Amino acid sequence: MLLPLLGALFIATLSKSKELLAKQITFATTLLVAIVGVAMATQFQRDNVDLQFVESHSWIPTFGINFAVGIDGIALVLILLSVLLAPVVVLAGWNEATGGRWSVKTFYIILLILETMMIGVFAASDVFLFYVFFEAMLIPVYFLIGGYGSGARAAAAVKFLLYSLFGGLLMLASIIALYVLSGEQGGHTFDLGALSQLHLSSTTENLLFLGFFIAFAIKAPLWPFHTWLPDAADSATPGTSVLLLGVLDKVGTFGMIHYCLALFPHASKTFTPVIIVLAVISVIYGAFLAIGQKDFKRLIAFTSISHFGFITLGIFAMTSQGHSGATLYMFNHGFSTAALFLIAGWMSARRGSSKIADFGGLQRVTPIMAWSFFFAGMSSLALPGLSSFVSEFLVLVGTYTRYPVAAVIAAFGIVLAAIYILIPVQRALHGPSTEGNETLTDLNLREKVAIAPVLAIILALGFYPSPLLNVINPAAQHVITKAGYSDPLPTIGSTSAEKETINK
Amino acid sequence: MISNSLVYLIVLPLFSSAVLLLTGRRADRWGHILGTLAPGISFLIGLYQLAQMLGRSNEERAVTQKLFSWISVGSFQVDASLMLDQLSICFVLLITGVGTLIHIYSIAYMSHDHDRRRFFAYLNLFIAAMLLLVLGDSYLNLYVGWEGVGLASYLLIGFWNQKPTYATAAKKAFIANRVGDLGLSLAIMIAFASMGTVSFAGIKEHAGQASTGVLTAIGITLLIAATGKSAQFPLQAWLGDAMAGPTPVSALIHAATMVTAGVYLIVRSNFIFDAAPNAQLAVAIIGAITLMFGALIGTAKDDIKKALAASTMSQIGYMILGAGLGPAGYAFAIMHLLTHGFFKAGMFLGAGSVMHGMDDEVNMRRYGGLRKFLPITFATFGLGYLAIIGVPPFAGFYSKDKIIEVAFNSGGAKGVILGCAALLGAAITAFYMTRVMILTFAGSKRWDDKAHPHESPVLMWLPMVLLAVGSVTSGFLFTQGNSLQKWLAPVVEQSPAAEGELLKPAVVSILALLLVITGVGLAAMMYLRKPVPVQAPADVSIFTRIARRDLLQDEFNEAIFMRPGQKLAKALGIADNAVIDGAVRGVARLTQGTGRTLGLTQNGFVRSYAMWILLGAIGLLATIWAVTL
Amino acid sequence: MNPENYLYVSALLFSIGAVGVVVRRNAIVVFMCVELMLNAANLAFVTFARINGNLDGQVIAFFTMVVAACEVVVGLAIIVTIYRSRRSASVDEASLLKR
Repeated sequence: MLLPLLGALFIATLSKSKELLAKQITFATTLLVAIVGVAMATQFQRDNVDLQFVESHSWIPTFGINFAVGIDGIALVLILLSVLLAPVVVLAGWNEATGGRWSVKTFYIILLILETMMIGVFAASDVFLFYVFFEAMLIPVYFLIGGYGSGARAAAAVKFLLYSLFGGLLMLASIIALYVLSGEQGGHTFDLGALSQLHLSSTTENLLFLGFFIAFAIKAPLWPFHTWLPDAADSATPGTSVLLLGVLDKVGTFGMIHYCLALFPHASKTFTPVIIVLAVISVIYGAFLAIGQKDFKRLIAFTSISHFGFITLGIFAMTSQGHSGATLYMFNHGFSTAALFLIAGWMSARRGSSKIADFGGLQRVTPIMAWSFFFAGMSSLALPGLSSFVSEFLVLVGTYTRYPVAAVIAAFGIVLAAIYILIPVQRALHGPSTEGNETLTDLNLREKVAIAPVLAIILALGFYPSPLLNVINPAAQHVITKAGYSDPLPTIGSTSAEKETINK
Repeated sequence: MISNSLVYLIVLPLFSSAVLLLTGRRADRWGHILGTLAPGISFLIGLYQLAQMLGRSNEERAVTQKLFSWISVGSFQVDASLMLDQLSICFVLLITGVGTLIHIYSIAYMSHDHDRRRFFAYLNLFIAAMLLLVLGDSYLNLYVGWEGVGLASYLLIGFWNQKPTYATAAKKAFIANRVGDLGLSLAIMIAFASMGTVSFAGIKEHAGQASTGVLTAIGITLLIAATGKSAQFPLQAWLGDAMAGPTPVSALIHAATMVTAGVYLIVRSNFIFDAAPNAQLAVAIIGAITLMFGALIGTAKDDIKKALAASTMSQIGYMILGAGLGPAGYAFAIMHLLTHGFFKAGMFLGAGSVMHGMDDEVNMRRYGGLRKFLPITFATFGLGYLAIIGVPPFAGFYSKDKIIEVAFNSGGAKGVILGCAALLGAAITAFYMTRVMILTFAGSKRWDDKAHPHESPVLMWLPMVLLAVGSVTSGFLFTQGNSLQKWLAPVVEQSPAAEGELLKPAVVSILALLLVITGVGLAAMMYLRKPVPVQAPADVSIFTRIARRDLLQDEFNEAIFMRPGQKLAKALGIADNAVIDGAVRGVARLTQGTGRTLGLTQNGFVRSYAMWILLGAIGLLATIWAVTL
Repeated sequence: MNPENYLYVSALLFSIGAVGVVVRRNAIVVFMCVELMLNAANLAFVTFARINGNLDGQVIAFFTMVVAACEVVVGLAIIVTIYRSRRSASVDEASLLKR
């Protein structure tokens, strides 16, 4: 976990002129981290629902704050997502740091710091530590958008920062309240496990829940807290957008599972109807806005809002299908959005514009690029056989068993998804090649190498999601049980054996 | 029974498709051969499976193969596993058999196309997906194939997507299909929520205990799925435009196989529909509406492929009607599906052959008198024609008359109405097919001298001949001793003893024949007696004009869904910017404004600061004084 | 003599100082007015010490004087520097710190 930080320090010692070396070291570091991450994943005991790889060091003893980390299946999946996406982003955005406000070297230092933060935020098992990572993560992103983005990058960066800080402060207030309350009930602590044992009055619990939830809803982003995302995604470099949408936003949904549900099970229950409604609105609303967009990057950003609606829906449906589906969705969405964003980034870098109307007939001019985009788009609209389908379907099925109406409305999202993906596909890839596009070059070897593993993972997980599901399932089941839920039984036809186990 | 070879049926074309797509231009020279071999070998495997199946007793004929556990979360357990039973084998042979013929045809038809390799890759992908659709042992496995064929269809309709209208047609097909897919996914969700399983066997087992309401809901959502895929009312609008794809595609996907997937779905789900009479009635009604709808459109189309597409729509209406008639109709729906697969594919290939000889001209008003130039095409197309209008002893006669007969005998006013619709449809079918025949092959030449009509090469006419043989003989074979009915009996419920037949089979046949002759005669009178104008006459009745515009289906969709949808998307975009982001920006502006206003007091004059301090102190003292007083 | 009268004098001196700070422009004069206010406060402290009969007020008065002395050193230095650079000791002209 500390590896990227070391890499960052190392690059910091290099001189500014050695750009290539900085890139190579960054890539090597991220690759190494990815390998370590995968190796760790193989060590993970999937049936053990407790936190694993636990480490704890006293940090600020006065307040009982520990540098405590430890992961369960859900966190493991998200850490895997982060470490796998990082080298792809570095490789794919080999040249995107040039032309920024600061040097190329700085870009990669920030990037590596960000990777450290991302891993930290998923691994933290101390609430205060989580908060620190949660907020500290904003800083590198702020600089990545504001320093290396395009267009109204400063405004977008400020908007992003203020939105997130607002949510973060609410969360901080809740965390302090928790700390104080834990003091009243025998010993101040920030430990997640200990805090979840607190007895809270329902009003307190509701208020604290809202503090956490709004922070996560802004991060996720859930309607109506979403407006920072399109601006940020539009202005950021493609690589930053990938990390932003692919990993950072997952902190929001991850937080919902890991903190909202664990700390405030009753309040979660109270607010579930409201959240389900917000999630369904997000699904439909994001899709409609995506249909109306004229710019690739904004379009992808809005599709993500729709997808995050699905994830939130799955989380608060409180069924094992919904939960596993939501976690898997986070992973899959990371990859399909990464692919979409990277390719859209390459397209706009070649054309000098990200307006859909400026493209046309790319399938003839740049077949590989067009195909990759199409493939990623198919994944985004959840075509069966690609990874998103499994997760989206699990979310829908899981939701249906508890909230049929919400599931039916959300299911219309799959029709809208077809529309919002096929419109850009038709306008940009099909048709005659329009003026200015005849000479675009196809993907080069570096880009092919960057995108191929992403597409391969999308395809492989579509047909064989079991490796991930096996890791997620016990953790998801554990969260649901702790929140006091069990899967609704089929109205008929549950066999006698199943009934017996439930009676026990 | 367990089998280990089922998966090769699917893997072969899938593998071939992947190879063709990934190797790129390097495979241009041999791509079409690999692409044709793959379904060919699958066909041989299918035949082998059939032979094995025939060797077993009736109850043991179904075989399954479990590949791996696909999705497993809590009680939601779905395996990737395949099942081949009497119903699937019919489809497997149809798909791979007709598919192979059409691949062979395409070698010649697409030989001038720069991207022939890509075309074969898509076709192989389609074959693989379609096989998965009919071989999947649960609704979710079927769903994968279901969307897979949709994808392949999208790719193939848009094969020449450099033309914007073709790209739009492809998109339209995909989206209409997606609406259907929505139905299928809802059906799966309902099934899982109520029965805890999504496999065919599991649902069949529990269907008996489920309430009628649940089963009706599943039935209706399955019907929505079927209407999307099979171009049934009200999701039929995409099929006509789908003719933008190369003609072999129209033959394979949009006539013989994919569009019949809806029929497969309904027949496969017979246990649900049998227990949900309302859903079953809805199926029959949709079938009847579509068969009339398609037939009416068919009478007005001048584009030979669109006329055939309308006919496909109408014929699938017959199948859906048959499937909606319950146990009595399932076997005949499948029979009509198979015979239709032969004769409609044959006719589409014929149309392709005509276009091949006529420089891709599709307007029938510019044909005329082609029988001299394309004798083989004329003969095979003619046999298909006789089959579709139901002249004995050609295939359509057996299958279609049976559906009409069952419709009449389904009892009550429902039977009479459905039966009459089917009969009337038969008459209109005769009319528009005769019109197609006459406009294309009879009469005088109406093409200009640039076109040089010629017979197609052997690779093209051989498949046409084989399909024509099928259209002549298949109906007879399937009905010989009710062989197909008996074959399918273990899958679908055996039909109960007919209770008081309303019309004897012979009467139905004679009635149908009389109507067919009327239709043929009418068409002959209209189009043979006087020369056909090259330009479509404009001074026609309002009905003709509406029929030419596909009975306003596009206008309806655009007015009800597309334009409001676009407006909504646009309005939401503006609202998002104005209201939500506006609120955020408002807060930001308020903060800025406050800061700026307060900043005015910071004028830099020490004395004014001092005065403010003084006033503040006085104010503070005054407050304290007032409070303590 | 009634010690209250000292308080009235103190209040009067303070008011004169405050008005002077607000209305005068010359930095030296403003400065002297500030001193006047400080000394008015000192007077009040000493008076209160007398009234209450303890030494607290006187101690504070000494502290104030020390602070005032320091202030004179720093303040005069600033004023002189400003005068040198601007050839004027008007406080209104030294408004560079406004936003």
